[in-house]
Amino acid sequence: MTEEIIIAGFGGQGVLSMGKILAYSGVMQDKEVSWMPSYGPEMRGGTANVTVIISDERISSPILNAYDTAIILNQQSMDKFESTVKPGGILIYDPNGITRHPERKDISIYSIEAAEKAGELGLSKVFNMIVLGGFLKLKPIVSMEYIHKGLQKSLPARHHVLIPENEKAIEVGKELIKAKQTLN
Amino acid sequence: MKGNEAFAEAAIRAGADGYFGYPITPQSEVMEYLMAEKPHERTGMIVLQAESEVAAINMVYGGAATGKRVMTSSSSPGISLKQEGISYLCGAELPCLIMNAVRGGPGLGTIQPSQSDYFQSTKGGGHGDYRLLVLAPASVQEMADFARLGFDLAFKYRNPVLVLSDGAIGQMMEKVYLDPQRPRFTDEEIKQNTPWATTGKTPDRERNIITSLALESAKMEQHNIALQAKYRQMEEEEVRYEKIGCDDAEYAFVAYGTSSRICQKAIQLAREQGIKVGLMRPITLFPFPKKIIAQMTSRVKGILVVEMSAGQMVEDVRLAVEGRVKVEHFGRFGGIIPSPVEVVEALKKQIIGG
Repeated sequence: MTEEIIIAGFGGQGVLSMGKILAYSGVMQDKEVSWMPSYGPEMRGGTANVTVIISDERISSPILNAYDTAIILNQQSMDKFESTVKPGGILIYDPNGITRHPERKDISIYSIEAAEKAGELGLSKVFNMIVLGGFLKLKPIVSMEYIHKGLQKSLPARHHVLIPENEKAIEVGKELIKAKQTLN
Repeated sequence: MKGNEAFAEAAIRAGADGYFGYPITPQSEVMEYLMAEKPHERTGMIVLQAESEVAAINMVYGGAATGKRVMTSSSSPGISLKQEGISYLCGAELPCLIMNAVRGGPGLGTIQPSQSDYFQSTKGGGHGDYRLLVLAPASVQEMADFARLGFDLAFKYRNPVLVLSDGAIGQMMEKVYLDPQRPRFTDEEIKQNTPWATTGKTPDRERNIITSLALESAKMEQHNIALQAKYRQMEEEEVRYEKIGCDDAEYAFVAYGTSSRICQKAIQLAREQGIKVGLMRPITLFPFPKKIIAQMTSRVKGILVVEMSAGQMVEDVRLAVEGRVKVEHFGRFGGIIPSPVEVVEALKKQIIGG
């Protein structure tokens, strides 16, 4: 199993930390992982993205041009990454702020209204975990037991009281994700 | 753990005595990690932000002269500033660990990853006939491993060891296994292991003098001959490399560091298209694995050297190959990392079809 994922959105949406929690959870489950963030001028422009690879085998390149799954959280990222999903792959996006919806016919497309839901439930700080929940519903590559360990590992100790809230957000995300287009 | 953090933690665990640095992207996490970790409370290791890169490398000179395990790190423009000190360290035969997280140049350039400091690292960036022992990590694990290995080789040869990294390896996170803590040298061990060090003269021995100055030409030539003998010994004993998918390969990539990771993906993509290509990854850039590359020419029909530079290591590959097979270079530079697809296309165009 090798899952190659790009997560992309605005800085501040928790893109990098979502990737980090996923990567640490993978480590806890004894997978090979890599987490390769965009940094520097790219991030100072307001967009952030991270490539996360989780695999049973040694990982070759941490930098890719095609992904099994793209998780897209703003329009710039849609423009940049829709075309990079491998044929047959998955695109997950939050329609909030999206002006041009994905158009590919050769991939599965899912939407998750995480920003709206997070606002409703007063869980805006864990918006990214709602999105992660949606991803895990489709690709349960790490189990919740190891997500828990990943949260413990990647959050500083003073934030450990927030782990139940993060886990709740993941469960919310699993319920919230909707298929827009599936290949079969 | 990020590559930069793994390097810093591994240095503490390798029994480092001192880190002297000046911040610069993309390696500031090294000093940030060390400052936050407070190794003086764990092992007694000193971490000091110097007033400049020049000050930092000369603090390294001072520390190394007393037989301590000392280190610095910087990125390309900062490493250029350190070159005078590095030449003096080599001249005075002082062991130390230096890490360069290479960024795109020339000048201040960009903060994005690059491999354009190969010449500076392997051919002597400062003045004089000297060599650094250069280790090129390609993973977070190797960032950790090479901190310890780097110290050990530095002391084996009384020579600076350079870990040639870049922003991609420094900033990315991967799984890493860390060695247990090794104690710092005791004063007694320093006297035994490094009898040349300036530890305070005792009546039973001559003064130890640490200098790179020998005004008499005859003496300086003898010093140079001894240095060259040391570099030849490194070439005999320290060549390190990794071959991936070379057994049945008709073509080969030669790439180090980040580029070698891209090439591993390119191998998968090329083999899906029926192209039998392998990778030869130099781990030591000096000493360069020239014999291994020369041997490969009996089997492969062509070699593509993939570097994030305008073509630097390719010169050493061509010297090793001596014209027996075609050697071409493919590179992106200025902070751009080539994609695996681009690398496969370059192989097809420049080597297979060319």
